[in-house]
Amino acid sequence: MALLETRRLTAFYGDFQALYGIDTVLQLGETVAIIGANGAGKSTYLKSIAGLIRGPAESVWFDGQPIGARQAADVMKRGITLVPEGRRLFPSLTVEENLLIGRYGRNVPGPWSLDAIYTLFPALKARRNSASTTLSGGEQQMVAIGRALVSNPRVLLCDEISLGLAPIVIRDLYNALTQIKAAGTSVIVVEQDIVQALRVSDRIYCFQEGRCSLSGRPTDLSREQIHLAYFGT
Amino acid sequence: MAKHSKSLAGTGQYRIVTGTPVSLVAAGGTLILVAVLTALPFFAGRDLLENMIFVFYMLALAQCWNLLAGYAGLVSVGQQAFVGLGGYLLFALTIIAGIDPLVAILLAGAISALFALPTALIVFRLRGAYFAIGTWVVAEVYRLSFAQFRQLGGGTGTSLGPDITNAVFGIDWVKSLLDVRTPAARDVISYWAALALAVGTLLLVYLILRSRRGLALGAIRDSEEAAASVGVNNARVKLVVYIIVAAVTGMIGALIYLQKARISPDAAFSVLDWTAYVIFIVVIGGIGTIEGPILGTLIFYLLQNYLASYGPVYLILLGALAILVMLFAPKGLWGYVSQRYGVELLPIRRRLVWKKDP
Amino acid sequence: MTLWANALMEGVLLGGLYALFAAGLSLIFGIMRLVNLAHGDLIILAAFVVLSVAAWLNIDPFAATLAALPIMFLAGFALQYCILNRTLGRGLLPPLLVTFGLSIIIENGLLELYSADSRRLHGGSIETSSIALGHSIGIGVVPLLTLASAIVVILALNFIFYRTALGRAFRATADDLEISQLMGIDHPRIFSIAMGLAFVVITIAALYLGMRANFDPTIGPERLLYAFEAVIIGGLGSFWGTLVGGIIIGVAQTVGAQIDPEWQILAGHVAFLAVLVFRPRGLFPLPVD
Repeated sequence: MALLETRRLTAFYGDFQALYGIDTVLQLGETVAIIGANGAGKSTYLKSIAGLIRGPAESVWFDGQPIGARQAADVMKRGITLVPEGRRLFPSLTVEENLLIGRYGRNVPGPWSLDAIYTLFPALKARRNSASTTLSGGEQQMVAIGRALVSNPRVLLCDEISLGLAPIVIRDLYNALTQIKAAGTSVIVVEQDIVQALRVSDRIYCFQEGRCSLSGRPTDLSREQIHLAYFGT
Repeated sequence: MAKHSKSLAGTGQYRIVTGTPVSLVAAGGTLILVAVLTALPFFAGRDLLENMIFVFYMLALAQCWNLLAGYAGLVSVGQQAFVGLGGYLLFALTIIAGIDPLVAILLAGAISALFALPTALIVFRLRGAYFAIGTWVVAEVYRLSFAQFRQLGGGTGTSLGPDITNAVFGIDWVKSLLDVRTPAARDVISYWAALALAVGTLLLVYLILRSRRGLALGAIRDSEEAAASVGVNNARVKLVVYIIVAAVTGMIGALIYLQKARISPDAAFSVLDWTAYVIFIVVIGGIGTIEGPILGTLIFYLLQNYLASYGPVYLILLGALAILVMLFAPKGLWGYVSQRYGVELLPIRRRLVWKKDP
Repeated sequence: MTLWANALMEGVLLGGLYALFAAGLSLIFGIMRLVNLAHGDLIILAAFVVLSVAAWLNIDPFAATLAALPIMFLAGFALQYCILNRTLGRGLLPPLLVTFGLSIIIENGLLELYSADSRRLHGGSIETSSIALGHSIGIGVVPLLTLASAIVVILALNFIFYRTALGRAFRATADDLEISQLMGIDHPRIFSIAMGLAFVVITIAALYLGMRANFDPTIGPERLLYAFEAVIIGGLGSFWGTLVGGIIIGVAQTVGAQIDPEWQILAGHVAFLAVLVFRPRGLFPLPVD
């Protein structure tokens, strides 16, 4: 049985349909990448899993349970956390408070204690009492990942964690992702940066205008196939 | 009813219209209704006239508050400031300056507008809900300040002598026309003045909403950010609306206290009488529409007539009704009706209509 | 000279009461951007609850307040959970008008139950005892206790806000409602706890309101205005700011009354409008808006 599955997942913003029947599977311990151009529906897909957009219960399955109609807070408590696009730290909380708030709704033992997160991102330890607004973009992204990790989730959803960051910072973040995976967390990353996505993932899905246009293992797919699925031309 | 028309590639025309067949009937009906109401003193008793005066000024106040809160997003809880101001201006102008009461009503409107400008400069520093309480503070300042005027009775208030109320312009003409005594003639003049104010307010609000500025107001109501992004000067539009409403509210206040002939700070600046009731009328009837406050006024009049004797219980019911409407039918009873049946009696919405060339 | 010093002193102590009024309002606005127009009437309601509990159990007002606190917490929680949460996220009007309706209901409900008579919470000898300062100035024990309680309440609120997980959840929810849900924060519940907490502060405020002066069901709205003025003067979002704001209103009122007893209330309002004109964001605005 898959850990997380979407079955004919659709999503609407008012009258606008953003997703048209997406079928995806995430196995335990796997890292899956969702790639696609702007507006392909990648963020909508993650929000639908996380419960920020709700639909029919049977459109999302987690651990054998239908969770498509659950509220975000409930989904989080079950062990699915999201690193949102644009980081979205809480400005009135310090760095450490931003990490601590991450286990407000779910606090289960596991590899990711506060100390383990400071070991993963050493830069944060020195800034632990700073206002989160004073951090650099890369450091803010580290806090956002740490915040989603500290509750020891079973599935970590990452939305465009490389957006607007320098290549060296992106490399560090993806190295951290490899460690997160190694510690046993299953991961779905949404990326526009195909190189990074292919490097960390076991399988990829390519989205195009709300539909899944290609899926498979990175090693099995040719550049041309991916290019076609990504751009549609 | 066509406001603009543009030819498109010779196949037909888009026209922007606001009228609907129902609205044309409604317009005709309104004219007949106004004519009947104007003639009412010829066959109605004083009780009915006095009730109608009440309906007219509550309707006018409701239209004003609806324009403020429903369209300009200025949720004021302090409109009693201008009712009381208008009332006190009427007393000051007639008692101290010896001006004819009907002229004093007009002057009260103009002076209220002058007071509204500095008031706005202060309360406009507060946004949204804070604006609401800020206007309330200002109304309290007005109340406490007018309580200091010894010439107008200080905290206990004062009365208009019969020498003033009986000297209203046109009273002799009404007496001979209807063959009535002075007090009844005074009521008839108040009635016509109230009718004129109610119809005038309705027309004013309607024309404002039909104008270019009204389009801006609708945009502000729907989204302030979006309105600003298409070049609507939100602050200026709001200021203009606030001042116009203050002027009209001041005139209504002057008329109310000409009719009552007795004023005191606590009554004239009462938040319950001049703002709470008005808010309930608009919310229950339907905020952000012109028809809503009309329906709300009628409902309020009936409730007031049948339940007001129950005192606090009546007010509890009114408050509960307003809460229920806000929670379950936020567009009010009229909003519910018009959404369900697609009726607009006084249409201000522009619709695009395709007309094929012959 | 002593008269003025006395007026100043009384004003500062009165400010403690106004800070208690303001703290609850500020708490609610800070967390859920809800401006509660029924706040003043809720204070009066709480005073009647304390009065009734004291009479029913035949205990003094302090013990009655302690007994009333859990009831009031639950009442606040229920009010938020069942009614006010439905008004949030739907624009400016619903919360304003629903709390305005609530204000009318509470005031008239109290009139119906308790009549318009003036009441007072009687605390025995403490009411009249005072501490002498020099030969002509004395400080009443109850006013002093009011100010001390205001300081304790503000310390406690600051502790909850900045030292506990609940406080982090309050601030996170206020910052970003959508993302707070991703932290497993059940915001309707958080808002209800906040309102329960506000009701606790309201009840403490009601105790001192009722012990210092007479009250009747109609005086609520004026208390809302004082609370509001203190919050705005203090600058939104700072509990210590509400204390300063409360003291400014209190001093303005007592000094105004010293000049002419009729100017007491007016002077407080004028002080508020003056701050609004010269420092529209309050005396201690938040660094980030």
